[in-house]
Amino acid sequence: MTDRPASKEPNRRPPIAILMMAVIAVTVLALPLVGLLQRTPWSSLGTTLGEAATLEALRVSVVVSLLAAALSVALGLPLAWVLARLSFRGRALVRAVVLLPMVLPPVVGGIALFFALGRRGLVGRALHNWFGLDTLIGTTAGAVIAAAFVSMPFFVITAEAGLRQLDPRLESAASTLGAGRWTVLRRITLPLLAPSLAAGATLSWARALGEFGATITFAGNHPGRTRTLPLAIAQANEAGQPEAAIAMSVLLIGVSLLILIGLRHRWIAPRTSQPDDSPKSSPS
Amino acid sequence: MSIQAEIQAATGGFAIQAEFDAPQGSCTAIVGPNGAGKTTLIHALAGLIPLQKGRIVLAGQLVDDATQGVHVPSNRRPIALHSQHNLLFPHLSVVDNVAFGPQCSGLSTRLARQRAEEWLHKVGLADMAELRPAQLSGGQAQRVGLARAAACQPDVLLLDESLASLDAETRTDVRHLLADIPATRVLITHDPVEARVLADQLLVMERGEIVQTGTPEEVTADPRTPWTAGLLDINLLTGQAIGTHVALDCGLALTTATPMTGPVLVTFSPAAVTLSTAEPHTSARNTWQAEVARIQPESDRVRVLLGAPAPCHVWVTPQAANELGLSAGTRCWAALKATELTVREA
Repeated sequence: MTDRPASKEPNRRPPIAILMMAVIAVTVLALPLVGLLQRTPWSSLGTTLGEAATLEALRVSVVVSLLAAALSVALGLPLAWVLARLSFRGRALVRAVVLLPMVLPPVVGGIALFFALGRRGLVGRALHNWFGLDTLIGTTAGAVIAAAFVSMPFFVITAEAGLRQLDPRLESAASTLGAGRWTVLRRITLPLLAPSLAAGATLSWARALGEFGATITFAGNHPGRTRTLPLAIAQANEAGQPEAAIAMSVLLIGVSLLILIGLRHRWIAPRTSQPDDSPKSSPS
Repeated sequence: MSIQAEIQAATGGFAIQAEFDAPQGSCTAIVGPNGAGKTTLIHALAGLIPLQKGRIVLAGQLVDDATQGVHVPSNRRPIALHSQHNLLFPHLSVVDNVAFGPQCSGLSTRLARQRAEEWLHKVGLADMAELRPAQLSGGQAQRVGLARAAACQPDVLLLDESLASLDAETRTDVRHLLADIPATRVLITHDPVEARVLADQLLVMERGEIVQTGTPEEVTADPRTPWTAGLLDINLLTGQAIGTHVALDCGLALTTATPMTGPVLVTFSPAAVTLSTAEPHTSARNTWQAEVARIQPESDRVRVLLGAPAPCHVWVTPQAANELGLSAGTRCWAALKATELTVREA
């Protein structure tokens, strides 16, 4: 790296205007949280969170989000590989379709899932007629599918970016040293990809944990089966129990913050480049 | 024959056509200008690119046959490749990089590491075993890459510019190491001295084709293209140095400007030698009498090949050749200044 010395050590006093805008931005993002925390009934928090309904929603949330993340990884990794390594007509279209759930209102996703997988839906009817498999609506499996629908794109783009950064010549180097495809995957590709895969999986898990719209539209709001924490929070809020809603919100915020803090190096800072990219630098 | 290759292949719109054989345990050096297709040829041998036409047999195993649709993947060929870009695995320590090949061949982790440590010792990097590739200098990384390929103990060792970024001293060590490896070796090099010292056979590639094949002596004596002539236009003699005195293996003694001890390579340009019919009285420290073996007119100069005692090429102008009456069999005097000699450790 041949940075000019001036850029190595930035000006000690950053422009005041930029600082002010940054402070405003943080305020816009953080103010709602402060509002929530200020209203939090800290003394009764323990009892509210200890209620059976809350614990049940927490359990459903954990199960649904973990299964959705697992599904995202299982299906998303091959997809990411295809997007990163194969060039075919319509790849741009496939990538757009894959990323669509990130920008779509989740409620639209829920309705779309309903018409695809519901009893009268495109695939749902076939599942019903051929396999006697009844509707996914109202089941935990349905909630998992709804959550995976919105969270898988997060895994796919992270894993694809990781695969693109990986030098494919390292894989062919391994094969010229006698490594078969399986060995190359196990000893070279996956270890080098591990940080991206971990980041992608965690990110998609975090997204699944916060999922609301698609779940309630497609899978419904059934305690013990599809009522996750976000659904329970909305329910409590509408039923005139703001204290319970706030308590569960604080719980969800805490968990999400922990995930994001754990992720920060992976997601925000790009991975360092391959160290041996410059073969003819200096003699030993 | 350890290598029998008839190759017609293409990568990214660039096509190569090459045909050569190499005996068991021999060393073949591929030389040629940049973009001549040297790396493509090595990659075809390694199985990294398929053949459009032709066949390749390595150590008795048919690995490519375009007409029969045979294309054995790299990992099942009796080869190991050391690439120009090293391509060390960044997530593995140096010793684990070198142990990778032996492990793939079925050795236990312990035995593979043991063999890796032996090879690291041979390339002089035993104390770097636990470092990561990112902590190595370019030259060290190249030696690790070489050790990694050699540790596979392949029948055929493919080396793409393996010595390019080594300093002079390390280069000599690695050259000795390469000379001692029993595998059939194919190496790409840009260094004429290396090509001539290491190779039993020289392949000159230009624009995707082999334009000349032969022993280094044959190619040097009769370069077919200007590029080859330019590359090999350097006289190379071997000998034993004691101070500034070098006793050449061919019998002649030379005075050099660089004191050295032990076996040396002496190189000098064909332009550094002056010829005369009578014994010269000159400041040049080295004069000897020789017979002209051959005269070869080139575009604007004449190449004179001197025979014993010190076979070498000399350029003279056509006028000088005329005036001296040079022709095959003429005896003449050669003069060579000590300061025109480059001496390096053999």
